[in-house]
Amino acid sequence: MDFASSERAGAPPSEITSAKIVIAGGFGVGKTTLVGAVSEIEPLTTEAVMTAAGAGIDDASKVPEKGTTTVAMDFGRITMAEDLILYLFGTPGQTRFWFMWDELIRGAVGAAVLVDTRRLTDAFAPLDYFENRHLPYLVAVNCFDGAPRYEAEEVREALAIPARVPLIMCDARHRESVKAVLIGVVEHAMNTLVAEHEQGVGVG
Amino acid sequence: MTQPHDPRGNLVRPYAVTRGRTEPIRDIPIEAVLVASSAAVQEARFAGHDKYRIAVLCEPKAQSLAELAALTRLPLGVARVLVADMVADGLLTLHSAAPRKGFTERMDLLGRVLSGLRKL
Repeated sequence: MDFASSERAGAPPSEITSAKIVIAGGFGVGKTTLVGAVSEIEPLTTEAVMTAAGAGIDDASKVPEKGTTTVAMDFGRITMAEDLILYLFGTPGQTRFWFMWDELIRGAVGAAVLVDTRRLTDAFAPLDYFENRHLPYLVAVNCFDGAPRYEAEEVREALAIPARVPLIMCDARHRESVKAVLIGVVEHAMNTLVAEHEQGVGVG
Repeated sequence: MTQPHDPRGNLVRPYAVTRGRTEPIRDIPIEAVLVASSAAVQEARFAGHDKYRIAVLCEPKAQSLAELAALTRLPLGVARVLVADMVADGLLTLHSAAPRKGFTERMDLLGRVLSGLRKL
């Protein structure tokens, strides 16, 4: 093994760190489109089998096979450096699968709640969810063609989004726009972390 | 759902590949990446079909648990049990997810992600 003791070109770095950002929102709001706009791979779908453990969290009559059903999550990947990978995870569309959301946000750097102005009320459940979790998030209003155009402040007021939560308009189909959303999430996460640090609040 | 359905279908079949175990021997975050050496891939030939497929995927390129589940079409929980076993057996190297503690560590990571996004 002549290369055993030397650093072979293409050998993986000794430590690879991976981070994730969660893209949340109701069904059909454009989460997978957003992920696909920046992902280096076609968005993949991973499935979790929900067992009886999930029973009782919601109206079981809405679950096809009581006891077991499948929850699908779409995700994408951005390899930023040899030793740094960012994953973007879309939440399951059905907000009743809160237990999957809990797993998804664990260790995430932040989240974006994607909102469709044609169905503003679909945003209430995701927004409530993040309001009660310790994870920096922002609201991204997806401007679909033909969707009613609102000013950012109108959306903020309609959804009762607190002033401390950033709100930006975006187009989930466009890479530059999605980049701006993700940059917004990370900047907000940094600001939140600095603020907490200055207050001496122990987090983590 | 009017289709005839084997009630064991969704549950039993996936977990048969883990010999019925549903709890991994260690927790692995869905975004944590795994890498296999070429020697490990050779060794995984004897570890069963699914573990071999996982090792093959992790040899050329680091893959997250989520990617392994998606690419092998195994449910996430099943993939997690298999991957945790493979890490314990030395077939896969588990890399770290983003730090959850420490102001400096977390700020460093956020800074790196931010500059990575700006360079996209």
